[in-house]
Amino acid sequence: MSKPETACGTSACSTSEPLIHISKRVGISRKKSWLIRGAALVLALVLSGLIIFSIVHLNPLKVYEAMFQGAFGTTRRSWVTIRDAMMMLCIAVGLAPAFKMRFWNIGAEGQILVGGIATAACMIYLGGSLPTPALLLVMLVVSMVAGGVWGLIPGVFKARWGTNETLFTLMMNYVAIQLTSFAVSKWENPAGSNSVGVINQLTKDGWFPSVFGQAYMLNVIIVLVIAVLMYSYLKYSKQGYEIAVVGDSENTARYAGINVRKVYIRTMLLSGAICGVAGFLAVSGSSHTISTSTAGGRGFTAIIVAWLSKFNTFVMILFSFLLLFLEKGAVEIASRYNLNNFVSDIITGILLFCILGSEFFISYKVSFRRKRGASCPVGRADA
Amino acid sequence: METTSAVLMKQVTKRFGEVIANDGVDLELRRGEILSLLGENGSGKTTLMNMLSGIYFPDGGQIYVNGQAVSICCPRDAFDLGIGMIHQHFKLVDVFTAAENIVLGLTGEGKLDRKAIAAKVKDIADKYGFDIDPNQKIYDMSVSQKQTVEIVKVLYRGADILILDEPTAVLTPQETDKLFAVMRNMKADGKALVIITHKLHEVMDVSDRVAVLRKGKFIGDVSTCDTDPQKLTDMMVGRAVELNIDCPKAGQTTERIEIQHLTVKDKDGVPRLSDVSFTARGGEILGIAGIAGSGQKQLLEAIAGLQLCEPGSHILYKDENWNPDAPADDPENAKHVHDLIGKSPLDIMKMGVALSFVPEDRLGMGLVANMDLTDNMLLRSYLSGRGVFADRKKPKKLAETVVDELEVVTPSVATQIRKLSGGNVQKVLVGREIAMNPTVLMSAYAVRGLDINTSYTIYNLMTEQKLKGVAVIYVGEDLDVLLELCDRIVVLCGGQVSGVVSREEATKEGIGLLMTQFRKEGAAS
Repeated sequence: MSKPETACGTSACSTSEPLIHISKRVGISRKKSWLIRGAALVLALVLSGLIIFSIVHLNPLKVYEAMFQGAFGTTRRSWVTIRDAMMMLCIAVGLAPAFKMRFWNIGAEGQILVGGIATAACMIYLGGSLPTPALLLVMLVVSMVAGGVWGLIPGVFKARWGTNETLFTLMMNYVAIQLTSFAVSKWENPAGSNSVGVINQLTKDGWFPSVFGQAYMLNVIIVLVIAVLMYSYLKYSKQGYEIAVVGDSENTARYAGINVRKVYIRTMLLSGAICGVAGFLAVSGSSHTISTSTAGGRGFTAIIVAWLSKFNTFVMILFSFLLLFLEKGAVEIASRYNLNNFVSDIITGILLFCILGSEFFISYKVSFRRKRGASCPVGRADA
Repeated sequence: METTSAVLMKQVTKRFGEVIANDGVDLELRRGEILSLLGENGSGKTTLMNMLSGIYFPDGGQIYVNGQAVSICCPRDAFDLGIGMIHQHFKLVDVFTAAENIVLGLTGEGKLDRKAIAAKVKDIADKYGFDIDPNQKIYDMSVSQKQTVEIVKVLYRGADILILDEPTAVLTPQETDKLFAVMRNMKADGKALVIITHKLHEVMDVSDRVAVLRKGKFIGDVSTCDTDPQKLTDMMVGRAVELNIDCPKAGQTTERIEIQHLTVKDKDGVPRLSDVSFTARGGEILGIAGIAGSGQKQLLEAIAGLQLCEPGSHILYKDENWNPDAPADDPENAKHVHDLIGKSPLDIMKMGVALSFVPEDRLGMGLVANMDLTDNMLLRSYLSGRGVFADRKKPKKLAETVVDELEVVTPSVATQIRKLSGGNVQKVLVGREIAMNPTVLMSAYAVRGLDINTSYTIYNLMTEQKLKGVAVIYVGEDLDVLLELCDRIVVLCGGQVSGVVSREEATKEGIGLLMTQFRKEGAAS
């Protein structure tokens, strides 16, 4: 065995060792994982700064400041941001139980819309005939029922016949959009405008009242209560445990005596109902109207929020605000610097890319090839 | 005999995060020999071989093939060096024929010359004594035939260094003998073979040399003729181990489960169990023997309430108050007989039947891979207690007890199950099932993939339960163990009971024959 030593160092060893080693991390301290996320955020800011500077020739710091102004520049803006973040949080919280069950509910859009239609119907037909607290309660219940039914249908089909829930929930969105168009044409006001207009603009029947002097405080209260309840439901309740087991393995669930069908149906009812509440918030709690854009793609954005937070409802608050901050900031810089939407889209893209990418570096460790020569270690040590 | 070195691994090291899977391993494989690679679970055998076949790349050390320093970055590099690995889980396309699977992935001309391929396959088969039909579809094949296809596949690609990862785990004794004959033919042809196995008698039977790994380190190699199973075990474990199953004879037994005419069809209407009848008694271990896929899974799942059974099937559970001496038509006594057919696992639990089940698929059925030990203990008790919230205090205590008593290696009870090694996963599962104080304990392949030490722990737990009066049903694949451990053995073949033998009258050959009997008759007719 004297030959191989000379063969080593030349070609075989140093050139063909893989350049990058990717290995799974066994465990990572919380501190280190937040450090990685922080680094990702800094990297994102630097990267988008470079792009802003080189393409539109603006001072990146000024642009960032404008973004902040856009989201939290005035009290009113702050409250709008909070309101919209709460709406996002509500949807993400609604999606959490379904996703935890590995039921890909991408039908939040539809569930929001039918919840909104139900709310709008209450405002139009019951406005004035019920005292505000009773009316709000009725709207809450009705929107939950509507959203719940919209979630229940794919749930039942999946449980009974094993249909693909991704396609099913997606299709239900389009049905809901058509229903909304129908509702809009029925409630058109004024005639020919092809919109419902602001419902009960004068009487404000069915509008969220101010709480503690803040127009959107009720939104915050409702959503936070739901978030806390959902957190303990998923983490501590027996049903929450069933959801987790079904999500991990249906076979294990059956083995443990869990009625898998029942869990599917029950959980989708819940998921849809909470998304229905989001529709209630959108109509009664903010826009006071209904249109096909009431959901506005938030049912999809909330999927990102839910996943990034790993279904922890408290972490969802953070990510809801982050996404809303980006959205509002983008609008502001577009108008202030007379830029088109693409620049703000680029910034949003870079930020999301870095934050999502940091999750990879939290789960995996990447090490590069050692320097040439050192890469052929022990075999030659005795040469 | 020629003894040039085929593979030489020098100081090979591989780390996974904190864990060192291989720590400076030196291993030599020579032409014209069969080397057994022996070691407990997690000792790094498969990792070492995966580095040879290009699945992992070593963090340190050097591999030489035929005396040349090489670096194997991917499976294709390994192919080019003539290294082929036959994995434990076959990697074949079911709807393709043997020949199509064999050439799959090979680059060649645009046209597939089936005749030439079949001829070459036949050449290889004749040379080494394989029994293979190139035009048979994989889904029509038995496990042993599929394995043959895997071996021919690597030979077809010109491999002269073969690695077989636990090839005998799924074979009957007869099929194992056939495989060993083929391996000896390949050896005589000058090929180098590595076999990974846990079964010491096979090591003694087939190999020329044995290399032992322990906790990732190379302990040593010995010529097979200079050693014996006891010495090998001591090398593997690092201390002397008692190699006898301490299995006292059953004392007083009572009928616990009577299975009558059990028939189960899968969703395509193919019968998986036909007219199975036997009795399991409290206080004895009833072994179930059979080739993999003879209906063992369906049998246990039927008892556990997880299978749809055909009309006419009965699974009669006789509870503690059932009187074996009462006349058959005693109405009082009949109240203590419960038919489990048509009952869900929850129903069975609610009937007060303490049925414990260690299924074959540990992480896919018995446990929840992404949950920690505490939450996995909760699986069987989460419904207990009032209110909507689950009680995690008792499961946590139970998890700690199981970790303590069964010496489960885990950072804490808050560690996800999937991060534990196979043996520890099994200990958690068995520990939980035994903690339910069962009257019936069923286990399927409870020691599959476990090292000797853990296997004996499991055997002792089974025996302990039997002495407590539990009816233990043990589905196993190692006939030596079945013969030592079980009081009676039911042999399944193609979903039918081909024989019930008591420990006294059972022989390995006899059971091996019963395991294949029905299939052969079926094939002849």
